[in-house]
Amino acid sequence: MNKVVSKSFFSENVVCIEIEAPRIAKARKAGHFVMVRVGDKGERIPLTISSADIQKGTITLVVQKVGVTSRKLAELEPGDYITDLVGPLGQATHVKNVGTVLACGGGVGVAPLLPIVEAMKEAGNRVISVIAARNKDLIILEDQIRAFSDEVIVMTDDGSYGTKGLITEGMEMVIAREKIDEAVIIGPAIMMKFASLTTKKHNIPSIASLNTIMVDGTGMCGACRVTVGGKTRFVCVDGPEFDAHQVDFDEMLLRLGGYKELEKQAEVEYLCASKKK
Amino acid sequence: MATNIEKLKQERDAAWRDEIRKSKKNKERTDIPRVHMPEAPAMERRHSYVEVNSGLITEQAVLEASRCLDCPDPTCISGCPVEINIPKFIKNIERGEFLESAKVLKETSTLPAVCGRVCPQEKQCEASCFYQLKLKKEPVAIGYLERFAADYEQQSGQISIPEVAQNNGVKVAVIGSGPAGLAFAGDMAKFGYKVHVFEALHQIGGVLKYGIPEFRLPNRIVDVEIESLQKMGVEFENNFIVGKTATIDDLREEGFKGFFVGSGAGLPRFMNIPGENLVGILSSNEYLTRVNLMGASQKGMDTPVVCGKNVAVIGGGNTAMDSVRTALRLGAEKAMIIYRRSLEEMPARVEEVKHAMEEGVEFLTLCNPVEYIGDSTGRVKQMRVQKMVLGEPDSSGRRSPVPLEGSEYLIDVDTVVVSVGVSPNPLISQSLPNLKVSRWGTLEVNPDTLQTSIPDLFAGGDIVRGGATVILAMGDGRKAAASMHDYLSNNQA
Ligand SMILES: Cc1cc2nc3c(=O)[nH]c(=O)nc-3n(C[C@H](O)[C@H](O)[C@H](O)COP(=O)(O)OP(=O)(O)OC[C@H]3O[C@@H](n4cnc5c(N)ncnc54)[C@H](O)[C@@H]3O)c2cc1C
Ligand SMILES: Cc1cc2nc3c(=O)[nH]c(=O)nc-3n(C[C@H](O)[C@H](O)[C@H](O)COP(=O)(O)OP(=O)(O)OC[C@H]3O[C@@H](n4cnc5c(N)ncnc54)[C@H](O)[C@@H]3O)c2cc1C
Ligand code: SF4
Ligand code: SF4
Ligand code: FES
Repeated sequence: MNKVVSKSFFSENVVCIEIEAPRIAKARKAGHFVMVRVGDKGERIPLTISSADIQKGTITLVVQKVGVTSRKLAELEPGDYITDLVGPLGQATHVKNVGTVLACGGGVGVAPLLPIVEAMKEAGNRVISVIAARNKDLIILEDQIRAFSDEVIVMTDDGSYGTKGLITEGMEMVIAREKIDEAVIIGPAIMMKFASLTTKKHNIPSIASLNTIMVDGTGMCGACRVTVGGKTRFVCVDGPEFDAHQVDFDEMLLRLGGYKELEKQAEVEYLCASKKK
Repeated sequence: MATNIEKLKQERDAAWRDEIRKSKKNKERTDIPRVHMPEAPAMERRHSYVEVNSGLITEQAVLEASRCLDCPDPTCISGCPVEINIPKFIKNIERGEFLESAKVLKETSTLPAVCGRVCPQEKQCEASCFYQLKLKKEPVAIGYLERFAADYEQQSGQISIPEVAQNNGVKVAVIGSGPAGLAFAGDMAKFGYKVHVFEALHQIGGVLKYGIPEFRLPNRIVDVEIESLQKMGVEFENNFIVGKTATIDDLREEGFKGFFVGSGAGLPRFMNIPGENLVGILSSNEYLTRVNLMGASQKGMDTPVVCGKNVAVIGGGNTAMDSVRTALRLGAEKAMIIYRRSLEEMPARVEEVKHAMEEGVEFLTLCNPVEYIGDSTGRVKQMRVQKMVLGEPDSSGRRSPVPLEGSEYLIDVDTVVVSVGVSPNPLISQSLPNLKVSRWGTLEVNPDTLQTSIPDLFAGGDIVRGGATVILAMGDGRKAAASMHDYLSNNQA
């Protein structure tokens, strides 16, 4: 069991949790994730390790409340314990000095983007970050991203903050202006689909970090499978990062919806039960 | 093994054995019909997770035990991969010494309550029973009796905890808590080592927990065995992936002197046919993990599982039978096995096939899927299957299936469980570049010692054999413990 050390809210629905996990803190690299289970009846969900402090022996997760487990996690207080936490999982990001990197994060995808931005900067790249969300409240980690970026462009769908428009418009702006050597794309599947179409159009090598549904996270079940370059790959062990231009995002979008009704029902039941308490 | 035969003979000559043998004429014994295992009624159990086989009652067990002829040359023993002293444990049942019988089992087997339930007895011990070989009668129900004795001990509350040698202060690590790892841990604890078992998942037990369903192997049966190991001083750490959370090198630095890899063959295979990634198509590992490890079928659990109406399970092994019977229990109206060979070639335990048939599973044999067809939301709605005929025997000795041209037809399905085999778990080999691995991804070991190409690393179970059985995994664990003990004793001084 791992203890929650601290907790803060980035917005009403996005929470940042620091958890005691000395071994994971030491072993993790940018791009790695953990599997988390809250309570004896809990399910296992994947969450990116946003940052780690080896001295303190802690890791930080940034979680968006979307369903039962993410809500349960957000309700934990410092001193509480996480029932199960395992990691670090997945393949680490290949970080090289390539020149100029365009880092694109949509919504809570900015959380997993942060450690990559940090590593890319450390490797000597010029990093331009485009972060986007539906509105101002959903823009997270802006300051942290700024600390490791040469430039940050903020886009909101409704124009309540930064520039009004979709993430792809922000990306186009940068691409029109200067040569981009590599793009990193993380966010909701639909955003990743269009962002990677944009970089494909301009022949910019791109990686996307996929957020498929997972059960074990160790390669045992195949729930996380996606088609990449015509081949079936497991996101938890072969990924989560893949060549964005090879990913079949349409298939991934359909598979993400596979449990939607059951999850929705569970969430409604959970919310009703919490109200009664 | 000459000494072994000597020992068996000596034990057989014990006064009590002689007395029991003389208590009944052989003719009387062979006239007794083989016992029937009491079962939950098929139409009730198909909707519940109650254990299907309810276990022999005492009178049944004693009578069945009296069928055994206590043969001077007990051929049954050579059919058991761990060479349990079968007549000795059975004759103890006949004379009513059930706890003693359980002790006999534990001389060689770490998990008798498990093996009594899941061993393919009809291919192992029972296949080599004198009744089967010479009398052409139904063999002694060795598996049922094994389960009886082991269950009796578990329920008696007088579980004998094997004696452990004085702690020698040497730390050894076990990677994976399946039957291979558990058996290894038990023997090393007996030798006096400080044993630490690392498990990637949040539950201990490997396939016994996440794979084999409750209606065939209740979790509490496995838990009792794990508790016994804890009492022997074995420590368990879940949520720890060796190679990820820490490497073997890290663990060496922390003082571990020997490693046993029992990480299993956990990777599901798919067939790579069109449409296989549609929603509603999942591996048996995913299906069974959701239900068994995550409890998806119970109320109040967070993990969901699809409860299909028309479920097709592809494959003919134990995993396929477990999946298709799980589908019934999740409320399927139609649950089908699609298997490319015929019933005779099915690798599943005969009893599971029988139980599945009784429960109403449909068997479409000589039939293979070639394509899945989805609806507009990406959910599978039909599968195209092709008929097969049996050709020449292949390398496994089974007749290989050959597709029949022009025989394709469509079947309506809303859930498909793919159960066509597993591959070895690559987590360990990926983290150890020097480790010798076969072209199938299994770890290469010295067959006599189970030592890998890295001297302090031993391995056994499915990671070495590919998908095999519980008893073989357990046997490997014990063999590896003996040779690691040798290795460490010689390299200590
Ligand atoms: C490698 C990886 C890293 C991730 N990192 C983070 C992270 O750092 N922070 C974070 O907030 N989230 C992250 N996610 C997504 C996170 O795992 C899901 O949000 C979480 O599983 C939802 O669980 P829940 O029980 O709260 O919601 P559920 O009740 O399971 O689902 C609620 C809704 O979200 C949808 N959904 C379910 N799973 C996913 C998913 N994996 N991606 C998108 N939608 C989903 C469902 O269809 C449903 O509509 C990551 C996913 C992966 C695979
Ligand atoms: C559904 C199903 C039904 C079956 N039915 C039968 C049956 O009726 N009879 C029979 O004899 N056999 C049956 N089998 C086969 C039998 O279960 C296996 O042969 C046996 O469990 C193999 O044991 P093992 O110890 O090698 O590995 P496993 O039982 O697979 O255990 C391996 C464990 O190692 C863990 N692990 C893997 N990598 C790491 C790591 N890096 N660090 C830490 N932990 C790790 C895994 O999480 C797992 O828990 C069945 C299998 C399945 C899947
Ligand atoms: S362990 Fe298995 S093979 Fe051996 S006697 Fe028992 S049931 Fe038979
Ligand atoms: S071969 Fe059959 S009858 Fe003979 S000792 Fe073994 S179980 Fe008994
Ligand atoms: S989550 Fe099970 S294989 Fe990837």
